[in-house]
Amino acid sequence: MSKHILDRREFLRTAGATAAAVVAVSGATTILAANRAWAMTLGAFGPHEAEVLLRMTRQLYPHDGLGDIYYAEVVEALDAKAQATPELVELVKNGVAALDKAKGVPFLELSDGYQTEVLAGMEAEPFFQTVRGHTVVALYNNQVVWDQFGYQGSSWQDGGYLKRGFQDIGWTMQPDAEASPPPFLG
Amino acid sequence: MATFERGDDSVVVIVGSGAGGGTLGNELAQKGIKVVMLEAGKQESIDSFVNDEWSSFLQISWLDKRTTSGTWRVARDFANLPAWICKTVGGTTTHWAGASLRFQEHEFKTRTVYGDVPGANLLDWPITLADLAPYYAKAEDKMGVTRTNGIPGLPGNNNFKVFYTGAKRLGYQHVNTGHMAINSHPRADRPSCQQIGFCFQGCKSSAKWSTLYTEIPAALATGNLELRPECTALQVQHDDSGKVTGVLYADKDGQQHVQKARLVCVAGNTIESPRLLLNSASAKYPDGLANSSGQVGRNYMRHMTGSVYAAFDRPVHMFRGTTMAGVIQDESRNDPSRGFVGGYEMETLSLGLPFMAAFLDPGAWGRGFTRKMETYPNMAGMWLVGEDMPQETNRVTLHADGKDAHGLPIPNVHFDDHPNDVAMRSHAFRQGTAVYHAAGAREVYETPPYPSTHNLGTNRMSESPRDGVVNRWGQTHDIKNLFVSDGSQFTTGAAENPTLTIVALAIRQADFIADQMAKKEL
Repeated sequence: MSKHILDRREFLRTAGATAAAVVAVSGATTILAANRAWAMTLGAFGPHEAEVLLRMTRQLYPHDGLGDIYYAEVVEALDAKAQATPELVELVKNGVAALDKAKGVPFLELSDGYQTEVLAGMEAEPFFQTVRGHTVVALYNNQVVWDQFGYQGSSWQDGGYLKRGFQDIGWTMQPDAEASPPPFLG
Repeated sequence: MATFERGDDSVVVIVGSGAGGGTLGNELAQKGIKVVMLEAGKQESIDSFVNDEWSSFLQISWLDKRTTSGTWRVARDFANLPAWICKTVGGTTTHWAGASLRFQEHEFKTRTVYGDVPGANLLDWPITLADLAPYYAKAEDKMGVTRTNGIPGLPGNNNFKVFYTGAKRLGYQHVNTGHMAINSHPRADRPSCQQIGFCFQGCKSSAKWSTLYTEIPAALATGNLELRPECTALQVQHDDSGKVTGVLYADKDGQQHVQKARLVCVAGNTIESPRLLLNSASAKYPDGLANSSGQVGRNYMRHMTGSVYAAFDRPVHMFRGTTMAGVIQDESRNDPSRGFVGGYEMETLSLGLPFMAAFLDPGAWGRGFTRKMETYPNMAGMWLVGEDMPQETNRVTLHADGKDAHGLPIPNVHFDDHPNDVAMRSHAFRQGTAVYHAAGAREVYETPPYPSTHNLGTNRMSESPRDGVVNRWGQTHDIKNLFVSDGSQFTTGAAENPTLTIVALAIRQADFIADQMAKKEL
């Protein structure tokens, strides 16, 4: 991850909430947290594409509890792919132009409802499919968001879940020993 | 490890190292028969396995290009991934969940019991449950299946407790933590299950049976088997008399070699095995090897599957512990009064957050979808697996234009649900939903079938050479020193997860091959 944490304390305090802006810094597209706690530099997409993608990825998979940094990381990963794939740069450029044209008003100026409607109208397009397919993997594969969804991931390094709550549910019926024998604890 | 000359035509060549090939190789090696095992995938280990869903997927899955056609939703959502199976030493036994149920007696004679189901190409197996029973017993012992051989069941995890609660309240009788090839107690030099929760990603404790660390090392230790990983079989070759003589394969550098053979056993799973036979077409066998019936590649089955996930008011943490943690067997009977023939099993299943996003409702987006995802910690899940109807038009064929890295046609997998499959899935979705409502679910989600993990039937077993590809021993009807040793030989699919039956058939086939070799018939 090429994310730069500019102010560690501020980042930790606000990672889940802070809104981001896209700016050009020395000619490079940079996604910058509003409070300047973090920044990401892109290599393939221009500032406008980056800003539209940031909005689009959130509209595709909106989680109010997730700050912009997680969507920015999705855009950053797509940018990394695009740096190796010129066709992807073109696809995104044309796709963003189509989003801006759909209602005769730039996509970013549309309301939530209109943005969703415009995206729904483009569902069959390769641009939409590419961004959606990328986002559904990149967003939920980010271990930093797992906490928010109560997913704990890999466990073998801690001895599995055997002694860490694999049958701690508490609110169900208790299966009899024939259906569910006690664990072997060594 | 033994090594054999490529020109040594006394060896048995086995293509594939999974449940079928890996087991067969060990059984033959234990009997003193020399084996060369070609495996397309790389060698991994319990140390190299990665317990991260996407990383693991890229590490062990079969990702070579395939295409799809037909009305199944997989063709739309995962157009180049018809099957979720593995390309690695140990094959799909690295990925399987471990469920090990025997087929039921009637499932070996579906044409007789179910009758003439329009559109279905049903056929009785040329063997019965009684024929296979002794081999099921050997397979269960070999694999350490719980609730057999005095091995206790596994402890139920949170996902199982929710499932159990709903099942009991609904009145289901046959619900427990299943017959699993996962050690509940230490056995056969492997430890007991640590409830790691990544059975699909390669078990890092080796509590789950996989040929990778059971059959294959045991075979290597005999000095009778040579394993060649990263060697892709391209063509099975034959002589003028029609007998097979060896296998053309490409090594990891793309160099092509021929390994001579006394006999060849194909165990590359249900897409690659028929593809290899079809790609081996010659002047003598213009339709591919062993294809005088025209059935090679046909009758592709993938089980009636589907999943039900449910959100509750309180946390479940279904991902903790064995991925498949229990079974309800009440619906596995054949009871046409339900509106379909055959039956289905209900088995708990969990996915991690990354795969849940990909598979809960493939292609879905927006607030309706993310609201479901936000219920993840409170979710329980089950998989529905039942007998699907064989249809001649469901089929693995060679692609007209698409070629692989070796210039050979890639496979296309065509599938349409049979109306019986849809009726069964509807029933299963309803019953799964009822189980979770009985346990107190706030809402329930019907999840469509994933890319196929149970791939069956494309080289089916038949009494008559007209109806299928192999005989009761998995020996091809057309060529006596060519065998099929994987799930593609299944005549019909039954309701149960197929691995135990693949292993039982492989043990039985090894006995037959050894006997025939001793009698100089092979």
